[in-house]
Amino acid sequence: MAFIRHNLVRIVNAISLLNTNFWRWFHQLASPPHVFALAGRVCPWFAGLAIIFLVAGTYGGLVLAPADYLQGDGFRIIYVHVPSAYLGMLAYMVMASSAAIGFIWRMKMAHGLAVSAAPLGAWFTVLALVTGGIWGKPMWGTYWQWADARLMSELMLLFLFLGYMVLRASFDDRDKADRISAILAVVGVINIPIIHYSVEWWSTLHQGPTIAKLDEPSITMDMLMPLLIMIIGFTAFFGWLLCKRLQGEILKRERQTRWVDGLIKGRTA
Amino acid sequence: MDIFILILLRDLRLSFRRWNELAMPLLFFIIIASLFPLASSPEISQLRDYGGAVLWVSALLSSLLALDGLFRVDAEDGSMEQLILSPTPLGVIVLAKIIAHWIVSGVPLVIVSPLLALSFYLPLEALPVFILAIALATPILSVLAAIGAALTVSLRGGGALIGLLMLPMMVPVLIFGTWATDAAVQGENPIGALLLLASLAILSISLGPLAAAGAVKVAME
Repeated sequence: MAFIRHNLVRIVNAISLLNTNFWRWFHQLASPPHVFALAGRVCPWFAGLAIIFLVAGTYGGLVLAPADYLQGDGFRIIYVHVPSAYLGMLAYMVMASSAAIGFIWRMKMAHGLAVSAAPLGAWFTVLALVTGGIWGKPMWGTYWQWADARLMSELMLLFLFLGYMVLRASFDDRDKADRISAILAVVGVINIPIIHYSVEWWSTLHQGPTIAKLDEPSITMDMLMPLLIMIIGFTAFFGWLLCKRLQGEILKRERQTRWVDGLIKGRTA
Repeated sequence: MDIFILILLRDLRLSFRRWNELAMPLLFFIIIASLFPLASSPEISQLRDYGGAVLWVSALLSSLLALDGLFRVDAEDGSMEQLILSPTPLGVIVLAKIIAHWIVSGVPLVIVSPLLALSFYLPLEALPVFILAIALATPILSVLAAIGAALTVSLRGGGALIGLLMLPMMVPVLIFGTWATDAAVQGENPIGALLLLASLAILSISLGPLAAAGAVKVAME
């Protein structure tokens, strides 16, 4: 009995230690200098990962992967198109979840992260649309195919990003802009799956059978590997840019404070 | 619950006194719809093809109009602050305001839309489905537009922004609505699209007022 009680006490102690450590870590995330330093420390790791994986993925995709029997070398744009489409979605999720965290716990740094993610996500979405159009020219014969569900839901995602950015920019008061745009981001996140599936059903009602055939490509391993590597590379690249943008955002928000002053003086001295 | 009914009646009374704002969405709906035959061709076969689409796009656009004042009037004369201070959750109050707005802007749309549908030569058999779809869709549009109005309530030129923010989120309504209409016109079973519209209506009515209330609260600080 005593043995069990002894062990229970140890477990409870360990949990409470973990708990205090977690809360200390969590509270440190509210401190701008701490987050600034953290982003600075994480940044090179993302950069290194991004460069290694992007180079490897590009080589694998352009050289090692065999040409497609149907699409020839044209299919190779998949190695840019798919990762950027995926990252557009990921950026929205990062943006909306950090905006929600910022709204609920009133964490300014989480809002900073949301602001930093928005333009990145918008650009990835634009990249997905442009590469999709370039890919569409040899495949469908047109740059733009209204009937394609994925293009349409990417377009709607782009509009959601742009709406978020325009709404933010309309406010003079940064705190208000943070919290109101957070609500928009969360409403958008609930809507994204609805928009996505409604567009998908819509396109199955309207499109011809030719495109449907391409919907489920049976992709071989040596084509798939470079794609996975590229997705990891793009994600690391996104993390790299996100850290940099977050640092810039923190400096902008904290430009009146002493620690930023000290930081800049330390750099220039 | 008392305050819910009071707010509902108050908003209804206020909008019936401003008949010009009351008529705006309806007139806008009719005008947009009548632009399409002018921009395209008035041939019966073509009108029948795109009539459903035209009516749905017009409904979307006109729902955005006249929503600018939904929270702004109260915010400017100070009554919104009192509503926020009241012990009733703001979500309930916002829901009452949205319902009042739907009664004065959505219901006339539902009543007039069959006339417009007939003018676009939609078959008579398709009308019940079309009316039902519009009746299910207008509350969703009202809720979404209310969220947009709440997000922009403290901005001076907020009206144009509501469209940019909310039109992408209205896309599912457009898709399911035209789907139901087309199915009814072609004599197919529209029940799937109608059920989807109904579930969207439940989702937006239950969650939408909370989002709008949150935005109004932040904006009024």
